[in-house]
Amino acid sequence: MGSVSIKDTLKKYTMVIALVVIIGIFYIGTDGTILLSQNINNLLSQNAYVFVLATGMLLCILTGGNIDLSVGSVVCFVGGIGAVMMSKGINVWIAVIVMLIVGGLVGAWQAFWVAYINVPPFIATLAGMYAFRGLSNVVLNGYAVSISNKTFLNVFGGGAECYIPDFFHGENLNITCVLAGVIAVAVFIVVSIKNRISATKKGYVTTSVAGFYAKLVIISVVIMFLAYKLAGYKGIPTSLLWIILIVLIYHYVTTKTTIGRYLYAVGGNEKATQLSGINTKKVYFFAYTNMGFLAAFAGILTVARAASAQPTYGQFYEMDAIGACFIGGASAYGGTGSVFGAIIGALLMGVINQGMLIMGVDANYQKVVKGLVLLAAVIFDVMSKREKK
Amino acid sequence: MGKTLLEMKNITKEFPGVKALDNVNLVVEEGEIHALVGENGAGKSTLMNVLSGIYPYGSYTGDIIYDGEVCQFQKIKDSEEKGIVIIHQELALIPYMSIGENMFLGNEQGSKAAIDWNKTFNLADKYLKMVGLSESSRTLIKDIGVGKQQMVEIAKALAKNARLLILDEPTSSLNESDSKALLDLLLKFKQEGMTSIIISHKLNEVSYVADKITVIRDGSTIETLDKTKDDISEDRIIKGMVGREMTDRFPKRHDVKIGDVAMEVKNWTVYHPQFTERKVVDDVSINVRKGEVVGIAGLMGAGRTELAMSIFGKAYGSNITGQLILDGKEVKLKNIKDAIKHRIAYVTEDRKGNGLVLTNPIKINTTLSNLSELCTKRVIDQDKEYQVAEDYRDKLKTKCPTVEQNVGNLSGGNQQKVLLAKWMFANPDVLILDEPTRGIDVGAKYEIYCIINDLVAAGKSVIMISSELPEVLGMSDRIYVMNEGKIVGEMAGAEASQESIMSCILKS
Repeated sequence: MGSVSIKDTLKKYTMVIALVVIIGIFYIGTDGTILLSQNINNLLSQNAYVFVLATGMLLCILTGGNIDLSVGSVVCFVGGIGAVMMSKGINVWIAVIVMLIVGGLVGAWQAFWVAYINVPPFIATLAGMYAFRGLSNVVLNGYAVSISNKTFLNVFGGGAECYIPDFFHGENLNITCVLAGVIAVAVFIVVSIKNRISATKKGYVTTSVAGFYAKLVIISVVIMFLAYKLAGYKGIPTSLLWIILIVLIYHYVTTKTTIGRYLYAVGGNEKATQLSGINTKKVYFFAYTNMGFLAAFAGILTVARAASAQPTYGQFYEMDAIGACFIGGASAYGGTGSVFGAIIGALLMGVINQGMLIMGVDANYQKVVKGLVLLAAVIFDVMSKREKK
Repeated sequence: MGKTLLEMKNITKEFPGVKALDNVNLVVEEGEIHALVGENGAGKSTLMNVLSGIYPYGSYTGDIIYDGEVCQFQKIKDSEEKGIVIIHQELALIPYMSIGENMFLGNEQGSKAAIDWNKTFNLADKYLKMVGLSESSRTLIKDIGVGKQQMVEIAKALAKNARLLILDEPTSSLNESDSKALLDLLLKFKQEGMTSIIISHKLNEVSYVADKITVIRDGSTIETLDKTKDDISEDRIIKGMVGREMTDRFPKRHDVKIGDVAMEVKNWTVYHPQFTERKVVDDVSINVRKGEVVGIAGLMGAGRTELAMSIFGKAYGSNITGQLILDGKEVKLKNIKDAIKHRIAYVTEDRKGNGLVLTNPIKINTTLSNLSELCTKRVIDQDKEYQVAEDYRDKLKTKCPTVEQNVGNLSGGNQQKVLLAKWMFANPDVLILDEPTRGIDVGAKYEIYCIINDLVAAGKSVIMISSELPEVLGMSDRIYVMNEGKIVGEMAGAEASQESIMSCILKS
């Protein structure tokens, strides 16, 4: 059994390479500013909502290039509900649970039309986009509602205290953060090597030894670099923990569980999936209900970061999430894509945003560039498929 | 008569792995009706697609001489300019457009800036009269019957100034009186000097209208019969169509014991899912025993796939009635999952469209229909999955670098093996194989036959639907013949012949 060739590997990691190149360009363009501790910290916390939404959107896209246009409105609606509840003095955890449940219900409402009544997702979620934007205004009464609950802000990444405290009180360096990085690297290496040993023992195909260790080293270096940089500012932002949690859970769901498998199968060939005895309606229902749930979670992160809820929050969030998925290699026809891909896509968009911001590019041109990057990514996807035929 | 209008010389057309046409010759004289007959897949439609430019010049070899000049058609428009118009088997009309709009679709009347609707509808009305329709050309297509729609297709061809009309199975979806009207129209056109080529399975119709009949078999022309000189009875034509030698293309089955009835279907009737008044399967009763291969022969559209899918947990059709008896007990299957649980498997005829997820690797396709077998609490044991896929790769001799390979990159024969593996992994007692060897080469076919033999040797029951008569004859212990939704014949495999099956179909 041969090894996976270098060419395939390069193809698989095209977007990662593109990300590195783009970071390089901005590093030069901003004289290194983009890689300052504070900027990396901001990049992650500011885009927390994109990571969460892109993960959910990926599941929808997997089912056949279907998107959910309502997520921006749902973010705002759910955030609004939470903010109002907390401003009335309701317990923070009750508020969070209510927000998540409302998100799930909103998702289920749309999922029902999509899955069981066959309303095209575009239409069903476009309706949701209008309706929940309107309801956000109703909930917030048209005003901004600020959030002062310290627990909420600290846990979900808002205000000045939303960092994991440094238990070791390092002087200029957050030791907890560095330590966490070391532990993460250690766990990563141990798990990878263990998997590889068990795979080779069973005679499975594996990448070349050099490739495997290269990957191990590169990822370890990236983790350590991030940990070091974050340690140089205020440490680990709490929102980063949430992102990591969501990404790991959904990576697991999409790669290891039956429902994950069915998402890919439905997108790849719905009829074949049906004829394999799988209830495809349930698969759609899951994808869209889950999207509502994650939109609620993104709503929590959004209002926490801003320490307030406003009727205009969340606009165009759906587009950021959709863009991230497609840039990250999800197919517009469904059936292919990965959670990590979507995260890379989201990072790429985030880096471009921030890089241009630091360089002082006109906000209007920033949008032009984002649009072109999205187009280029999808053209690449279409072209590489055509080559195969 | 007598002037040659069209001559196709030594036409050879290859698809990857298959020679669809091999030195085909066809001569059509002006003013005649020329019939093209042959089994499914003999190459009739391919030949007409070459003629009309659907397969452009250069993708085939040989010459097309039309009206005295050599033609090199690049696209359909080129052949239409010369007056060669093809009417396809599937109606190509848009239901929510009017007759007139349909008739001039792609051939719009008026200036470049605007369509002249008055002219369009006036012209359309004129052509409608020529085909004997009194409808207004402003009527929507969906509001007229199938028979009239076929007439509109012909009128559409006339509007393109057709000199040579090619009709691919024009009556396949028509009832008897509509068919008669269409054939009479062709005869009327003949008197006015029109030349037609008609492809048909209905030999009585061919005998009725054709002046000459060319028989195509396995991509070669066998003979051309002339009404004025030769015998063109149905039996004579059938002999030409199927007269091929049977060699040992089928592996021998040794000492397989045929046991009790494993599955029986009684008085099975199924209606079309959309047009709910149309019967697709009509009062069918069949059974299959353990260790037995039962073939279902018939032409495309006979209702065999529909029968199979309706049995498979109501995967097709509406208002299904009848009894399904498994191992002597009547069961009612609610859905496909239920059918799989009751150990029935349906291996689709359309492996790319309905069978496999082409963007997924072999191992994922292999386990899709029985994933729960590999799961603990909905989490997939991927080591076990890999092992399963490897086992089937060995067992079925699937040629692939690894089971991580995407199914889309495999050849047709190997895809078919993956599809079989998928359903074997579901561990069924009754396998319904729908055209299990369609579009794969001879070597792979032989291997598929071996797999079928292994299955029945293990005591499973196999129902094999196939349009290839030699395959049905070579593999089946027993054969049902199906036509227009009904079982029109049952015979023991040893006694059946191509002639007896064909005449069952054609004379039903």
